[in-house]
Amino acid sequence: MSTATSRRNLLIFAPLGVALAGGTGFYLMLRGLQDGSFNPRGVPSVLIGRTVPEFGLPPLESSGLPTLASADLANLPGPVVVNFWASWCVPCIIEHPHLMALHRRGVPVYGVNYKDRAPDAQAFLTRHGNPYTRLGVDQPGRVAIDWGVYGVPETYILDRQGVVRWRWAGPITPELMSQEVNPLLDRLRA
Amino acid sequence: MRRLALVLALLASPALAQIGDTTYRLEDPTQEQRAREIGRELRCLVCQNQSIEDSDASLARDLRLLVREQIAAGASNDEVMRFVHQRYGDFVLLRPPVNTATMLLWATPALALAGGLFAIWRIRRRGAAAGAGVGEVELTEAERARLARIVPAQDSKGDHRA
Repeated sequence: MSTATSRRNLLIFAPLGVALAGGTGFYLMLRGLQDGSFNPRGVPSVLIGRTVPEFGLPPLESSGLPTLASADLANLPGPVVVNFWASWCVPCIIEHPHLMALHRRGVPVYGVNYKDRAPDAQAFLTRHGNPYTRLGVDQPGRVAIDWGVYGVPETYILDRQGVVRWRWAGPITPELMSQEVNPLLDRLRA
Repeated sequence: MRRLALVLALLASPALAQIGDTTYRLEDPTQEQRAREIGRELRCLVCQNQSIEDSDASLARDLRLLVREQIAAGASNDEVMRFVHQRYGDFVLLRPPVNTATMLLWATPALALAGGLFAIWRIRRRGAAAGAGVGEVELTEAERARLARIVPAQDSKGDHRA
């Protein structure tokens, strides 16, 4: 048999190869969708690797907590967590125990109350507990836009220099805690 | 006639109601026009397949207001786009920018066209070389010798079954 015919016979397998490559790609995509590593709807944060934009927010008066401003997010003693939340946000209730756990472990959790009413926000903290050591109120949602927030909850981890190292849009899950949040906090504290 | 006009006006009212959110509309029609052009280029991050002009999400409303504020303050279209792009990244642009990550995306039509032309060229060249389209393969020496042995011995009736 000549080389030309053998090459031609090989061509018969080309569609099979294409199907295999397509199938593998599709399988990896589905797996990524399942474990969350691939999210076609996810909006990657432009803040990663950067310090946060300048901002200042009013406090939630009734809580008695100090408010949050960009000056509070520079030259830190350790990594901090910044959480955008609202009382009307159901996933915020789901992730709340994880924020409480971080707070109990001594990780500073700063909150930004997004487009909320003060009494509702206060009622949420009274009912579910308060994990925040600082809490700013962003009623118009402008600071959130400056951060590139597109929904609540959204959570950021900043290192000592105030550089954003991690961002999660959506509720924090136990898997995220064990696979990403805790290892990163340990690394940043070391 | 007057009744027809009334009917037409009533029929048109839902269409008028559809013209976006009138809460934040700029006084100046040319500025408003610019704001809409920009808004149509920006993706609503919440619903994702709508522009902020078309979306009813509260973030889209905020961004519409923001675009109008900036235009009223004298910002150029580019400046407004840059402002939003700096905060939300490439994802917010409904028309993705050409960069290394999107090169393949933008090149796909050209690549597909080139691939098709190449395939046509290959097929036509092969067709021309082979005439009927089969047996373009040259026989090897061994095959030629074998053929020479077979052909003279062939039955004149053309019956090949041995």
